Amino acid sequence: MKNSERMTNQIRTNRGKKNGFLRYLQRDWQLYVLMILPMLFILVFKFLPYSGLSIAFKDYKVAKGYSGSPWVGFSVFQKVFGKRDFGQAVGNTLLLNILDLVFSFPMPVILALILNEIKNRYFKSVMQTLLYLPHFLSWVIIGGIGYSLFSISSGVVNVLIQNAGHSPIPFLQDNTWWLISYVLIGVWQSMGWGTIIYLAAITGVNSELYEAARVDGAGRLKQCLHVTLPCIRSTIVTLLIMNLGKLMGGSFERIYALANAKATEFTTTIPVLVYRWGIESGKFSEATALGLFQSVIGLFLVVLADYIAKRLGEDGLI
Amino acid sequence: MQYSKNQRHRAWTRARAKNLLVDFFFYALLLAIAMTCLLPFIHIFAKSISKEAYVIANKIFLIPKGINFDAYKKVFQDASIVRSLYVSVVVTAAFTAIGTFLTISSAYALSRVQLKGRKVMTFFIMFTMYFTAGTIPDYLLMNNLRMLDTWWCMILPLSFAAYNFLIMKNNFKASIPDSLIESALIDGASHFKILSHIVVPLSKPIIATISLFYAVGRWNAYSDALFYIKQRVDLRPLQLKLYYLVVAASESFKAEGGAMAGQITSPEVLKASCIIFATLPIICIYPFVQRYFVQGTMIGAVKG
Repeated sequence: MKNSERMTNQIRTNRGKKNGFLRYLQRDWQLYVLMILPMLFILVFKFLPYSGLSIAFKDYKVAKGYSGSPWVGFSVFQKVFGKRDFGQAVGNTLLLNILDLVFSFPMPVILALILNEIKNRYFKSVMQTLLYLPHFLSWVIIGGIGYSLFSISSGVVNVLIQNAGHSPIPFLQDNTWWLISYVLIGVWQSMGWGTIIYLAAITGVNSELYEAARVDGAGRLKQCLHVTLPCIRSTIVTLLIMNLGKLMGGSFERIYALANAKATEFTTTIPVLVYRWGIESGKFSEATALGLFQSVIGLFLVVLADYIAKRLGEDGLI
Repeated sequence: MQYSKNQRHRAWTRARAKNLLVDFFFYALLLAIAMTCLLPFIHIFAKSISKEAYVIANKIFLIPKGINFDAYKKVFQDASIVRSLYVSVVVTAAFTAIGTFLTISSAYALSRVQLKGRKVMTFFIMFTMYFTAGTIPDYLLMNNLRMLDTWWCMILPLSFAAYNFLIMKNNFKASIPDSLIESALIDGASHFKILSHIVVPLSKPIIATISLFYAVGRWNAYSDALFYIKQRVDLRPLQLKLYYLVVAASESFKAEGGAMAGQITSPEVLKASCIIFATLPIICIYPFVQRYFVQGTMIGAVKG
């Protein structure tokens, strides 16, 4: 019995080997046809650029092309690491991302908990619609709004401050204030949208838990702290770890839309420097090396974050 | 009836009063936070339709004074702004159509378990989400493909997004029963026919979601246009044009043949009208598409 089963298996695998891939191609050729265009796009627009990474190890000259430029090993990286801008950009990238993590990350959790206390469905959904709105605006528009609210002479916030008898605050013109404004605008942009995942997690909380807590005499605050929060803990942890994986990232568009000539201390981040070196000054090798440095650390952080998440028993990301 | 009567006659206990107070606090707090998302627009809109003198004197807060639409006339008379709107519309439409097509076909093919090489192809796609070559290699690729300063550099490179693919694939797996496709295959239907006659009609909501993800993402992005569009000023999309006009303020408004509208000179009013002009398309469709976005985000949160 067992023997014959093994034999049929043997025959089956042999037959599979004989025709191999051709048989699958014959059976599923339509599915492969469907994959041709998507794979072509991935190949051309995502994988071909990987070959361009080689210029981080070359003295790239546009006239000579990829293959004509000589290999120079890690000397481009040495040059990049030695630049003053480099240390500043890495420092700023980390600083802005850590500030985002500290201030932008908890806000959606708090908002979701507040939304959860609202019983009137219409009020809640109108508020949600308003809170989600900034997520749909481009950074250019947010930058424009920022300047028209916070500029020193004509910004409405400063007009109100002056009307109250205080001196105007250089929200976007002074380095420290720029940093504060940058972080707060980030909080504003992301707070509403971030609640979606937490609200979904809160919906999944078993209502018997609340009843049991109520029977035990827990008030609203206690229910929130001892039922809701523990139940969405794993969502919070997963998202926190995901955000840790983005510490070296950073949106070029967000910084570029808020940057100005008066406050430049914190605006030099890695993506901005890549743009300045590469596209503005044509130092392609240096800019590519800097970008590669960022991508590699970013990948490492994502893998690390995934590993930590899985070790903690949460769902991984990859 | 009985219940509501009981409610009405319920005593004003201390606990009930406290509960009501807490309720009131949360309603007020949420309202205050939500207002930070609404008031800036009202203020900017008020600025854009007010008389210039009031705006220069910083007299406009939430209510417009001396209502007129001269600033909008000036915006519409600036041929380069109207042109950038046209560029944005064409690019967004083409980008969304291509992106949605690629996403549907790949998500369907890779959700079929029997497909050999499925894991490898999925890995290829997902890998691009975590490791990108970066700005400069992308830029040099555009240069080598002779795509700089063309329509294509804004349409093609980003039009297949791994994240959207993941959402679509998860959704196909969850919502379309294998048995349905199996039985159609047994009946002799081709995969093309199954895709166009069964899967697509059954997946309209998710297709709407994904195409909206593509459309809004494309509409709002400006960095790639900033990198790739240098000489061809006529190919600037709206967001990039807005960047030069409002944020960098490196360009001024050029109203053509508009003597009447040319009276407005305050950059504040013009900037305000420009911001509203660029935001309006989003705000108009936003209430209708919001729920698709919420659904898509929730599907995306579920691991692939």
